[in-house]
Amino acid sequence: MARYTRYDVHRQTGFTTIAFSCFVLLYMPIILLVIYSFNAGSSIAIWEGFSWRWYQSAWQNEQVQEATVRSLIIALWASAVSTSVAVMAALATTRTRKFRGQSVVFALINQPLMVPEIVTAVALLIFFAGIKVATGYTGLFYLILAHSAFCIPFAYLPIRARLQGMDLTLEQAAADLYATPFQVFRRITLPQLWPGILAGAMLAFVISLDDVVITEFVKSAGQDTLPTYMLGQLRRVVTPEINAISTALLSISILMVIAFTVLSKMKK
Amino acid sequence: MTKTLATTAMFLALAAPAFAEGELNLYNWGNYTSPEMIEKFEKETGIKVTITDYDSNDTALAKIKAGGHGFDIVVPSGTYVPIFIDEGLLMESKPNEMENFSNMDPQWVDVEFDPGRNYTVPWQWGTVGVTVNTSVYDGDIDTSAVIFDPPEELKGKINVTPEMNDLMGLAIHYVGGEQCTADKEVLKKVRDMLQAAKPSWISMDYGMIEKYAAGDVAAGSNWNGASMRARAKNADISFGYPQEGYPVWMDNAAILADATNVEEAKTFLNFIMAPENAAMLSSFARYANGIAGSEEFMPEDMKTAPEIVVPAELKGAAYVARTCPPEATKLYTAIWTELQK
Amino acid sequence: MADLAQATQQRAARTRWLLLAPALVILLIAASGPLLITLVYSFLTPGDYGGVEWQFSVDAWFNVVMQRDIFDDTLGFSDAHLSIFARSVKLSLMTTVLCLFFGFPTAYFIATRPKKQRDLWMLLIIIPFWTNLLIRTFAVVELVRNEGTVNTLLLWLGVIDAPIQMLYTEFSILVGMVYVYLPLMVLPLYAAMERLDFSLVEAAYDLYATRFQVLRRVIVPLVKPGVVAGSILVFVPSLGAYVTPRVMGGGNQLMIGNLIELQFGQGRNWPLGAALSITLLGIVMLALLLYVRAAGSEEPHRG
Repeated sequence: MARYTRYDVHRQTGFTTIAFSCFVLLYMPIILLVIYSFNAGSSIAIWEGFSWRWYQSAWQNEQVQEATVRSLIIALWASAVSTSVAVMAALATTRTRKFRGQSVVFALINQPLMVPEIVTAVALLIFFAGIKVATGYTGLFYLILAHSAFCIPFAYLPIRARLQGMDLTLEQAAADLYATPFQVFRRITLPQLWPGILAGAMLAFVISLDDVVITEFVKSAGQDTLPTYMLGQLRRVVTPEINAISTALLSISILMVIAFTVLSKMKK
Repeated sequence: MTKTLATTAMFLALAAPAFAEGELNLYNWGNYTSPEMIEKFEKETGIKVTITDYDSNDTALAKIKAGGHGFDIVVPSGTYVPIFIDEGLLMESKPNEMENFSNMDPQWVDVEFDPGRNYTVPWQWGTVGVTVNTSVYDGDIDTSAVIFDPPEELKGKINVTPEMNDLMGLAIHYVGGEQCTADKEVLKKVRDMLQAAKPSWISMDYGMIEKYAAGDVAAGSNWNGASMRARAKNADISFGYPQEGYPVWMDNAAILADATNVEEAKTFLNFIMAPENAAMLSSFARYANGIAGSEEFMPEDMKTAPEIVVPAELKGAAYVARTCPPEATKLYTAIWTELQK
Repeated sequence: MADLAQATQQRAARTRWLLLAPALVILLIAASGPLLITLVYSFLTPGDYGGVEWQFSVDAWFNVVMQRDIFDDTLGFSDAHLSIFARSVKLSLMTTVLCLFFGFPTAYFIATRPKKQRDLWMLLIIIPFWTNLLIRTFAVVELVRNEGTVNTLLLWLGVIDAPIQMLYTEFSILVGMVYVYLPLMVLPLYAAMERLDFSLVEAAYDLYATRFQVLRRVIVPLVKPGVVAGSILVFVPSLGAYVTPRVMGGGNQLMIGNLIELQFGQGRNWPLGAALSITLLGIVMLALLLYVRAAGSEEPHRG
């Protein structure tokens, strides 16, 4: 056995153990959260018996449902927009010689990471409020724009990390064979880049879904998202209703993942 | 197909909400508006109410000041009402000429923040006192000493609600001063007293109901309604009214100067001054409401709750919280930051 | 010939700026604009009840590190601000190191699974983060509080006989931050590792390298862009973290994010908040500069 593992080039001592403990740690709070969604009492920390009460109350609570849907819509838009522009930006800034303005561009792209949210939030509030008053438009566009901006670095960095180590020879070969730049991108670069794009898009989605402070300041009337709805509860009482909603969302996403896996297996 | 649907849905979501007639946009503290009362209001008037939450007076003030928000009604604390009025953010909607105004408890009509009630209508009011787990400490709890000079049993088990003005008020009165003082002699005593008390505190946090009930914390400054909720889960939890002085606060609904649905908003203000409707607010948020005659519509446990019925001998220690002048706030912030570092 | 080369170069430059344009436009509107407003605010006078007065002042900047004692008017370093800065930097560094400690093996584990399984494992990492940040943080509170899961378990096992105070300490902030920021480390690491060429690793083993040598000399250098990206994504947001320290620290272990929020909120000193933010930006840039330089100098024998 020892001899065999020596030839398993993938193995690193202790890595699998750490990886598994990592998964356990990641899911422990989630399991607790799911358990308390079935709490008969109105607490997220004291167990008082099993009930479906909070699922019923969430089902009847229009405000919280609308907030959930709104969060998802904003996150989808923001991750789509930020990932697309991040791919373009990564293509323009990676694997090229130094160009004029390069460091300015990097600083700009990473800027949302460096400025604390509350600062951007207050400044955006003043800026957008001016536009809202002038145009009379108070829709979701402002939130999507703000979210897209702070999602860009989260999408950009994994894509760039992926792109940095990518082989140039295939693309050059394709170009030598008279492929147009777009064909090269579509057929060669994109498939290789895919894991980076996926990582970037997932990060952007998660970051947008979690945002509290900027959303709190930019939102107009009737634009609560799930996090701002929860923030409003923070000072008073937090009930397991949110646990119920989170559990429902979690189940839906797990079901989607299973369906996705089954489908991709069937294709083969 | 699903893709097109999803895309269409997303584009629709981008369109501005149409402000048809019969709408009302309420901007209020989270988890503070009784859904049953809103349902009743919608049924009776046909006005569709949209609620949006905030979590602090400062956020609400900043957002409304900036403009373009689309809200009709806001519910600031009494300490913020003069600021809102000074900045010209509230409409002089004359609730005192409304039909249901006669229901308002006379003691809440001539309030310092809105004398005669030309702008605001009471939403909920309460006190800031101390919550103590009497199974841990059974001494006198009607004193701020519980948090500022705690007995041995409570040390390391105290939570202080991170409301700067409430806590500074309690502390100033504890050393014998008056709220909003900028007297440096007094404040120096306050600073030293707070610094000495700090090591006995475990946290400065909101949302402690469960932690009181489960025994993670045994005492602290608290709102009376939150203390009542904790008592519902653990009978050992008691609420004390500090004899050295404790703040009384009131949150008030008011129509914004740039509201678009003014008539609907006025209907709403009048609506919440009806005793049975005010009682619905109280049963949900668990605080008193300032409307006379609402008690009879309230749940039995609230009529007699020691957190709501202030003992006669401690009534005199209450003071209605005021807006402190900027010079005082500046000093308080310095003490407060030093405390939280 | 020279003309042709120049034309190609010009075209390349044009394409580059065209590709960059959408990202830059969004960022200029929703990120740089606000920063500019912040910079202007930091030189103004605080309004009485929040906001600013349009009156030039450098008081805010002065107050970032210095303070005039409110009682005896003596001038000294602002002890509170400096200790909050120090705590923030310390906790953010520790968060980054811990995320790397857990994230690297996890990303490696996923990257070495058969190709078809990898996306599934990645989803497993990300699924917990589809639930809301606040509710997730509350669940972590539930784990570490005195009457919480961990203490109850340890008491039951007889390891301890009184609950350990973990909540409201720097330890609990650290736990919360590692939990929140872990995917920001794992995802870029995975993206870099996924394309790792294992024939190089094989070659190293053929040359009698030990596992550790392979890790240090072959794997780490190859996935370095991922390590750099991940560390930046974890370190920088932790430095400005607001929600986690507020919930896990119980309000008496402030970090810079909370201090800034205090100025924009109850403290009603927007200019100071703005100046503190720009200071934070400075700390971040300095850290990044040092980091990139250190990461660069370690680059092994480029030949």
